[in-house]
Amino acid sequence: MKIERPSQAGSMESNDILIMLHPSNQSIQIQLESKVKKQFGKHIEQAIKETLDEAGVTQVLVVAKDSGALDYTIKSRVLTALSRSMEGPSYE
Amino acid sequence: MSEVLRSLLFIPGNNPGMIQNASVFDADGIIFDLEDAVSLEEKDAARTLISMALKTFDLSPKKIMVRVNPLNSVWGPEDVLRIASCHPDAILLPKADEKAIEACGKLLDEVEKNKGFEANSIRIFALIETAFGLEHAREIVDASSRLDGILLGGEDYTADMQIVRTREGLELSYARARLANLCKAYGLQFIDTPFTDVDDFEGLTFDIQEAIRWGATGKAAINPRQIERIQHAFMPTQKDILWAKEVLEAWSEAKKQGKGVCSLHGKMIDSPVVVRAEKILENVMAYRQKEEALS
Repeated sequence: MKIERPSQAGSMESNDILIMLHPSNQSIQIQLESKVKKQFGKHIEQAIKETLDEAGVTQVLVVAKDSGALDYTIKSRVLTALSRSMEGPSYE
Repeated sequence: MSEVLRSLLFIPGNNPGMIQNASVFDADGIIFDLEDAVSLEEKDAARTLISMALKTFDLSPKKIMVRVNPLNSVWGPEDVLRIASCHPDAILLPKADEKAIEACGKLLDEVEKNKGFEANSIRIFALIETAFGLEHAREIVDASSRLDGILLGGEDYTADMQIVRTREGLELSYARARLANLCKAYGLQFIDTPFTDVDDFEGLTFDIQEAIRWGATGKAAINPRQIERIQHAFMPTQKDILWAKEVLEAWSEAKKQGKGVCSLHGKMIDSPVVVRAEKILENVMAYRQKEEALS
């Protein structure tokens, strides 16, 4: 499944993450900015990808700007962005 | 005492930093707020964030409530359905009236059935914050067996009444007295409105004492710095505890002598005084147990 329109959720406040989704014809791609990318970059990307996988999304470009978000926030922001993109039911 | 809820801290529903730190605050309960603390364009994001937080964090033994949006708003029903599916302890229903409580109860019935939760296990607290709500408080209480308590919303109530909310709070006396009496009659919690000047601790202390004077069992807080004063204010003083123990000793001695009344320091002790003394010691025990559980 691919997303229909660009969307975003979250913020750049401390403990949050800004998730921007862009329609794409390619498989899931994640561009991550984070001050802790070196330590936690793979983990953050995995949390994003898992959430997209569970929602059945296969084609999307994700731009993520992390400010120290925990997993529950990362997943929440991805789900909200997805919901906004689809304008359909929640994928939670 | 059925439940200890001296302080309930409001936490904005779209603030990940505060939500994930909820366990460190010493409040007896947390109210995650999807209503006033969340802008219109972020309602969906807050709902999802709180849902995920409820699934992620075990905040027990704190009581966890979620203030949803009013049921007559576009967000309210979906808030209840989504949040209830994560099984918070209670839904705090704003602008509560009889119809809203009944409608909320039906939504909770639906979720509990679909999710296999125990029937009536998700409770309701009614936020009474309008003149209409106050006048219909009795019907609100009768509207659902899920109701565990009432929270007075002082800001909205005074706005609805077109009166000014003052530091002294005299204008809230009628609402406090009426709701405290109703809650006592039905065995419910009466949670007093938050004090909104977060830097005025003297005013907060006075406001808590006013709430206790009218019969509040707890008070809401909008800042973690308010919690300690609220918790402390509800704990009986050493003087109260000593008095209660002396009363019970005097009463015990009187009963041995077959008397139905006795005196302590020149004041008459009869059954109502004994009940009051017992309640003080019961509260002390309950508060200490709660603090041990929270520590």
